[in-house]
Amino acid sequence: MKTRTTIFKMLALLIGTAAVFSSCKPKGPADVAMGDAASKVYVAPGKYDEFYNIVSGGFNGQIAVYGIPSGRLFKILPVFSVFPESGYGYSEETKPMLNTSHGFVPWDDLHHIALSTTKGEHDGRWIFANGNNTPRVARVSFKSFRTEEILEIPNSGGNHSSPFITENTEYLVAGTRFSIPMDNKDVPISSYKENFKGSISFVKIDPVNGHMNIAFQLRTPGFNYDLSRAGKGPSHGWFFFSCYNTEQAYTLLEVNASQKDKDFIMAVNWKKAEEYIAQGKGKTEKVRYAHNTYDDKTHSATSKMENEVLVLDVSEFPDIVYFIPCAKSPHGCDVDPTGEYIVGSGKLAAMMPVFSFTKIQNAIANKDYEGDFNGIPVIKYEAALHGEVKKPGLGPLHTEFDEKGNAYTSMFVSSEIVKWNVKTLEILDRVPTYYSIGHLSVPGGPTAKPHGKYVIAYNKITKDRYLPTGPELSQSAQLYDISGDKMRLLLDFPTVGEPHYAEAIPASMITPTSTKIYKIEENEHQYAAKGEAQAKVERKGNEIHVYMTAIRSHLTPDNIEGVRLGDEVFFHVTNLEQDWDVPHGFAIKGAANAEILIMPGETQTLKWKPLTTGVVPFYCTDFCSALHQEMSGYIRISPAGSNTPLKFSTGKIEGQP
Amino acid sequence: MKKLKPLSRILIILSAVLMVSGYFLPLWQILMWAPQYPEGLDMQIWINDIKGDVKIISALNHYIGMRHIEVSMFPEFQYMIYIVGFLIAFGLLASLVNRRFMLVTFTTLIIACALAALVDFYLWGYDYGHNLDPTAPIIVPGMSYQPPLIGTKQLLNFTAFSGPDIGGWIFIASGILAIGTVVFEFKRFHNKI
Repeated sequence: MKTRTTIFKMLALLIGTAAVFSSCKPKGPADVAMGDAASKVYVAPGKYDEFYNIVSGGFNGQIAVYGIPSGRLFKILPVFSVFPESGYGYSEETKPMLNTSHGFVPWDDLHHIALSTTKGEHDGRWIFANGNNTPRVARVSFKSFRTEEILEIPNSGGNHSSPFITENTEYLVAGTRFSIPMDNKDVPISSYKENFKGSISFVKIDPVNGHMNIAFQLRTPGFNYDLSRAGKGPSHGWFFFSCYNTEQAYTLLEVNASQKDKDFIMAVNWKKAEEYIAQGKGKTEKVRYAHNTYDDKTHSATSKMENEVLVLDVSEFPDIVYFIPCAKSPHGCDVDPTGEYIVGSGKLAAMMPVFSFTKIQNAIANKDYEGDFNGIPVIKYEAALHGEVKKPGLGPLHTEFDEKGNAYTSMFVSSEIVKWNVKTLEILDRVPTYYSIGHLSVPGGPTAKPHGKYVIAYNKITKDRYLPTGPELSQSAQLYDISGDKMRLLLDFPTVGEPHYAEAIPASMITPTSTKIYKIEENEHQYAAKGEAQAKVERKGNEIHVYMTAIRSHLTPDNIEGVRLGDEVFFHVTNLEQDWDVPHGFAIKGAANAEILIMPGETQTLKWKPLTTGVVPFYCTDFCSALHQEMSGYIRISPAGSNTPLKFSTGKIEGQP
Repeated sequence: MKKLKPLSRILIILSAVLMVSGYFLPLWQILMWAPQYPEGLDMQIWINDIKGDVKIISALNHYIGMRHIEVSMFPEFQYMIYIVGFLIAFGLLASLVNRRFMLVTFTTLIIACALAALVDFYLWGYDYGHNLDPTAPIIVPGMSYQPPLIGTKQLLNFTAFSGPDIGGWIFIASGILAIGTVVFEFKRFHNKI
């Protein structure tokens, strides 16, 4: 009897202990979203989202367009990567877009987004993006959501601190991630300190048509340039870059570039550099880089090889560049909406320094320097410092701002967003992210006039957030409400590629001018057939040019004969439709490239080389009408040297008039 | 020969002058909605032209064998400008001549023209909706697609509406003014005796 009581007591104790322990376990993510979160992200069928979220695709080389607050994906917009779905990089018209000094490079690593601004505020004209691998920058039209221009960056070892822009989109910068020996010099890797240089390109943007041209390059000390932001308001005229590996390591950077307590933020007086260039102080260097532009009248891209760039070596011009010591390996280097504060996010540091533009100016005026680096003045840390955000979290990466004077910083290691006051540096709130947030985005967050309302986390690790899909998972973004004092998680949404940076802009700034069709009468394509009467087939040597039209629901011509083995066939397809959302597609059996999608009023060309004789079908690939399946045709391939006459028709039945 | 009151003469001029708007404004409209066209398609009939989403409507209608709508389908466009011009001139003349029978003739002409236009439009609509291409891809047995004369009608997946556009309403106002003037003149006459 006694033994039994003891056993009961022990059991009770065991259960009690287990209960206590389990109640102490941290709460899982399931409990995090608040009660009415669903209604805050619900966009009823047929209704529009409030914001466009323009999200970089990272290693997919594309940009993705999402709606906020719903998180719905609207478009994948190819920039630096071929896209068989639309024929981008496959059609004859778009191939030149991906031309570089290395030839046709069909892929890149698209990291950052910059939306054009006027007076520091969003103006809804262009999206800029950088290609990190084979250094390039791109401009995308906000009207057509298409890539209109790609400019290669010479003297760069990887275009990472890019494509950040000045207040009125005067310049876009392209700073090299890896320093390299200039002029493709063959030198030992160990001669880094001696031979390796940094290179920062200032790309001038034409205010009317957005065309990009490299105005000048700054030759800077050899280390890694990570991110950057332009000044605005009082600091307009300046640019700030985060630098790491000031140790100038060339191997095992993970250890050797993490030795110093402080790296640098590089402050660039670009107005000063502009003056020197105007005075003819720039040196012309021979280089080779491609400049590719797309014209929406000819519906074609052209690639031009440029061979010169103007260079200012900053060591020869001491008043262009200043270094400010910044805690360990800074990533983000973000300027607040007033333009006064510059936040350095040392990703290996336990605090975050916030610098004051006024103090930086005073320090320069008083020559308050602690020394120099390769002849460039290093401003005293305390002289430039507004203050430090103490114990913000682990691994601060990137900061954006709301319209109320608050900052939001992503913490990669401690996997959270931290909200703090820019002036008082006081931490106000923190929320976990799932998992390991990289960049974050507040609508208008990098501009002089943030739209606020939300912060979106772009997480680097997805793990268990969605149904498992094998070893490779989609990326995980999260939407938080920041309208109140406390941040609140509203929504998880999957993203394609690997988003690095993103911006969000009110839909009302974009939708009214969105392109619906291209006017057929404005089509200046060399091979356009602007009506079925203009459809024809021409032979030029062994090239066959088919001037084809597409309209619901037939292709003209749809019977083609007289093509011989050894010929190359160019299908120039013009979509005659003039109604919104009626693209036609074109594909032919055995084509070694892709399909093409042709928007209303547009002409696109698919090149096809037949490899056998016979009769080959082609068809429309975009379901266009109830008679879409009927929208097809045949091309006959005769043996080489045969005398089958060249002929073409639509609706003609043999033996009938 | 009854003379007109000064007010009547002003009203007649007003009625005639209002009709000048017919040269600058759409007279009639046909609106169509379908699930795929929530924003609607519209076609406006002007004094000598058709405007709006005519190409899109024609492209959709060809599936069921309806003809492409072209300006050349309407011989009326050749002489409508003269008929309206004559009406305006007659109104101004009626005011000038200052006789009641001229007013009555003017009003009768307006009503007659309106009725003729409606009959003409009905006949065109009947032909356009019934006279279908026998080789059309989609043939719904027993179905015809005559647009409504006035009002709303369901035609397969489309809801079609037909009615006066701004210019048409101004014409109606002209007619009402003319009729009103006639009534006013006859009341005056009766009151006198």
